Amino acid sequence: MNKIVEKKQLSENVFKFVVEAPMIARSRKPGNFVILRVGSKGERIPLTIVNSDLEKGTITLIVQNVGLSSGKLCQLNQGEEITDLVGPLGKATHIHKVGTILALGGGVGIAPLYPIVEAFKKAGNRVITVLAARNRELLILEEEMRQWSDEVIVMTDDGSYGRKGLVTEGAEEVIKREKVDECVAIGPAIMMKFCALLTKKYNIPTQVSLNTIMVDGTGMCGACRVTVNGETKFTCVDGPEFNAHQIDFDEMLKRLQAYKREEDQARTGKK
Amino acid sequence: MTAAKEKQQQERNQEWRTELRKAVPNKDRLAIERVKMNEVEPHERNKSQNIEVNRGLTPEQAQREASRCMDCANPTCIEGCPVSIDIPRFIKYIERGQFLNAAATLKEFSALPAVCGRVCPQEKQCEIKCFYTQKMKKAPVAIGYLERFAADYERESGKIQIPDVAPGNGIKVAAIGSGPASLSFAGDMIKFGYEVTVFEALHEIGGVLKYGIPEFRLPNAIVDVELENLKNMGVRFEKNFVVGRTATFDDLKELGYECFFIGSGAGLPNFMNIPGENLNGVMSSNEYLTRVNLMAANQEDSDTPVLRGKKVAVIGGGNTAMDAVRTAIRLGAEKAMLIYRRSREEMPARVEEVKHAEEEGVEFHNLANPIEYLANAEGRVAKVRLQRMQLGEPDASGRRRPVPIEGAIDEMDIDIAIVAIGVSPNPLIPACLPGLKMTRWHTIEVNEETMQTSIPEFFAGGDIVRGGATVILAMGDGRRAAASMHKYLTDKHAGKENK
Ligand SMILES: Cc1cc2nc3c(=O)[nH]c(=O)nc-3n(C[C@H](O)[C@H](O)[C@H](O)COP(=O)(O)OP(=O)(O)OC[C@H]3O[C@@H](n4cnc5c(N)ncnc54)[C@H](O)[C@@H]3O)c2cc1C
Ligand SMILES: Cc1cc2nc3c(=O)[nH]c(=O)nc-3n(C[C@H](O)[C@H](O)[C@H](O)COP(=O)(O)OP(=O)(O)OC[C@H]3O[C@@H](n4cnc5c(N)ncnc54)[C@H](O)[C@@H]3O)c2cc1C
Ligand code: SF4
Ligand code: SF4
Ligand code: FES
Repeated sequence: MNKIVEKKQLSENVFKFVVEAPMIARSRKPGNFVILRVGSKGERIPLTIVNSDLEKGTITLIVQNVGLSSGKLCQLNQGEEITDLVGPLGKATHIHKVGTILALGGGVGIAPLYPIVEAFKKAGNRVITVLAARNRELLILEEEMRQWSDEVIVMTDDGSYGRKGLVTEGAEEVIKREKVDECVAIGPAIMMKFCALLTKKYNIPTQVSLNTIMVDGTGMCGACRVTVNGETKFTCVDGPEFNAHQIDFDEMLKRLQAYKREEDQARTGKK
Repeated sequence: MTAAKEKQQQERNQEWRTELRKAVPNKDRLAIERVKMNEVEPHERNKSQNIEVNRGLTPEQAQREASRCMDCANPTCIEGCPVSIDIPRFIKYIERGQFLNAAATLKEFSALPAVCGRVCPQEKQCEIKCFYTQKMKKAPVAIGYLERFAADYERESGKIQIPDVAPGNGIKVAAIGSGPASLSFAGDMIKFGYEVTVFEALHEIGGVLKYGIPEFRLPNAIVDVELENLKNMGVRFEKNFVVGRTATFDDLKELGYECFFIGSGAGLPNFMNIPGENLNGVMSSNEYLTRVNLMAANQEDSDTPVLRGKKVAVIGGGNTAMDAVRTAIRLGAEKAMLIYRRSREEMPARVEEVKHAEEEGVEFHNLANPIEYLANAEGRVAKVRLQRMQLGEPDASGRRRPVPIEGAIDEMDIDIAIVAIGVSPNPLIPACLPGLKMTRWHTIEVNEETMQTSIPEFFAGGDIVRGGATVILAMGDGRRAAASMHKYLTDKHAGKENK
């Protein structure tokens, strides 16, 4: 069960895994995620399902090595097994035909954006995708995105590839250039915050997919709570996608740091 | 007389019982003092999550305690037990030294006696109805301790009886969730000959018994033995499987499952919706206990972190609150405070846990209710504002309602707050079954006798039907559901054959 059938390095710290999970492959929809655990003392971590192959009964995960648990996953090799894997979790993205979609992806957030771009395109929309990374080496899935986008704009912080600048700069150009009906933004919380501010200015309905801290992923613990439109919501069951203009991003940014000290200790082995 | 009562009388009239009753005069029985549970000293146990506080009774202690029971002609204790265990019968077996027979008696009524002996609120159930409490105004027979003793004795003797299982009938049924409701359901259905699969969302089987109730009250090893027995009887367990997500009910029907038992529990934590509740350092008791009990975050080699506060405030007065505050002590809190809006008498927690908590150094702040959490410069919780309360008129539950004392507000320094003010039914399953009739409280509506829901092939029990209740009630529901599902399926298949 949960055997890794393929592993590929996409950039310095980002790996792609294709994992055997026939039930999940069959049930998953764009926007869904899984929770997995590596080792009998492993932590439960959420990862978006990037793709699935019904025939092979596999799902694709793309993970960035940012700490202890993502690091343990990245060390696994083809043929090895993931101890526990559960899903698909979360609400699926509301995919419909609206006209023009602006898809904004930053860093490893490009991975969860990929199935959404594909689905919006398949639903008959015009899709313009803006991808952002710190530099050329860190950019992932550009080819795959091109396959499902009418246009792809690449932004890098250092200008080593595409255009120099932030994702919001590329996005604003598009918005000024043509009518955008809906926007989807996925990336680091801080990036989603600024994307939300931007599209709010132009009154464009915007979805973001939140990457809060989670434990069970089934609505049982409340670790993943966020304030949406003044109300507390659980990201794992009420989300992970929400109306970007209603999210209290400042609170969310703080909550991501809730276990910072403990995470640092875990990474350096001084628990 | 009901069949159960008749059986009780028959058992009571057995020669050995009559003789045992005569062997010791009642006034001698009455003169014996209630046994004290052997416990690990507070200063020793409060350092480790993994030391079970109660050590159990020795055979001598158990037999002596058993001899207090007068084997009443009208054993009122049984009325207090939600699953009507024949209490005097099992106790008299203990008095006689036939501990395995005592265990076998318990198993006739309860699938998890080692668990219920430990966690039942006995003082509100069987023991409050004991003749000693009712008529003699004395400490009741320690029914819970004796139940635990018999079950532990059987387990430790290595002579656990695997019940007989009827030959397989090839009919597939599923239980959703792996808490006590589903486990007892599965145990009975497998005995009837069904193919039973239990689906669990988490990576461990056992529901609250594993992720909620801590090791120091209910060691996982005890639950694991029961799970092992179920496996040996043929029950299949599928963990990491969220019914409704991993597969829908339609998918499961396609796989051949004919009937379903929903035991998905009341896992949704309630918050108070007061300012500052989403600050870092404020969390639900479910999160705190799950990190420690399911993810072993208290152990060095676990990858899951847990916040270790110096000044920990736990909000609530139930078992969950007590478990959280005692866990905080074990994780090194210097001040572990319980904040409860009523007075100590109204606390819903088991009396024994309140006593243990106090011995371990928990501070009780009664008649106080949080109204706001305040942050420090880093945005972590640093203070809680408390509204002081007083008791007013009794409310619908008969308990005196707490009312705020106007202007009596103060602040308390804390670095962690754990909210343990109850849970709501898990909405996941109802959301996948649009036709399912629900109550106003978002619990599943069932026929109270058969546990059948508004959709005939669906039965339900435990916390998803009752809201946050108890292990023994969940277990009783599972057994009743099994009996009526068995009848339903037998009728259904007989109907098919007749056609
Ligand atoms: C619904 C959802 C989908 C996700 N999908 C993906 C995905 O497809 N690919 C991917 O690489 N990551 C994804 N994430 C993020 C991923 O779960 C985290 O990166 C991972 O849990 C970090 O664990 P760690 O032990 O390696 O790092 P830690 O040592 O725990 O943390 C390292 C740093 O990462 C930050 N961090 C901690 N937890 C999270 C978190 N949940 N999200 C973001 N940052 C966090 C902390 O601020 C910390 O400083 C997703 C998160 C959610 C909630
Ligand atoms: C901390 C704590 C302490 C307690 N102490 C006591 C005590 O001392 N005495 C006492 O009698 N009672 C106590 N209780 C209450 C008691 O534990 C519950 O009443 C009892 O466990 C309910 O059993 P259940 O079978 O209904 O569900 P649960 O034990 O809640 O189990 C439900 C299971 O279903 C799973 N699930 C939910 N949805 C799905 C799905 N869609 N697919 C698959 N699986 C799913 C959940 O993950 C969970 O594991 C306590 C509760 C808590 C939280
Ligand atoms: S199951 Fe609970 S209520 Fe019933 S006899 Fe045992 S301890 Fe008492
Ligand atoms: S009521 Fe008390 S004394 Fe009487 S049979 Fe029950 S436990 Fe024994
Ligand atoms: S992760 Fe526990 S409730 Fe969302």
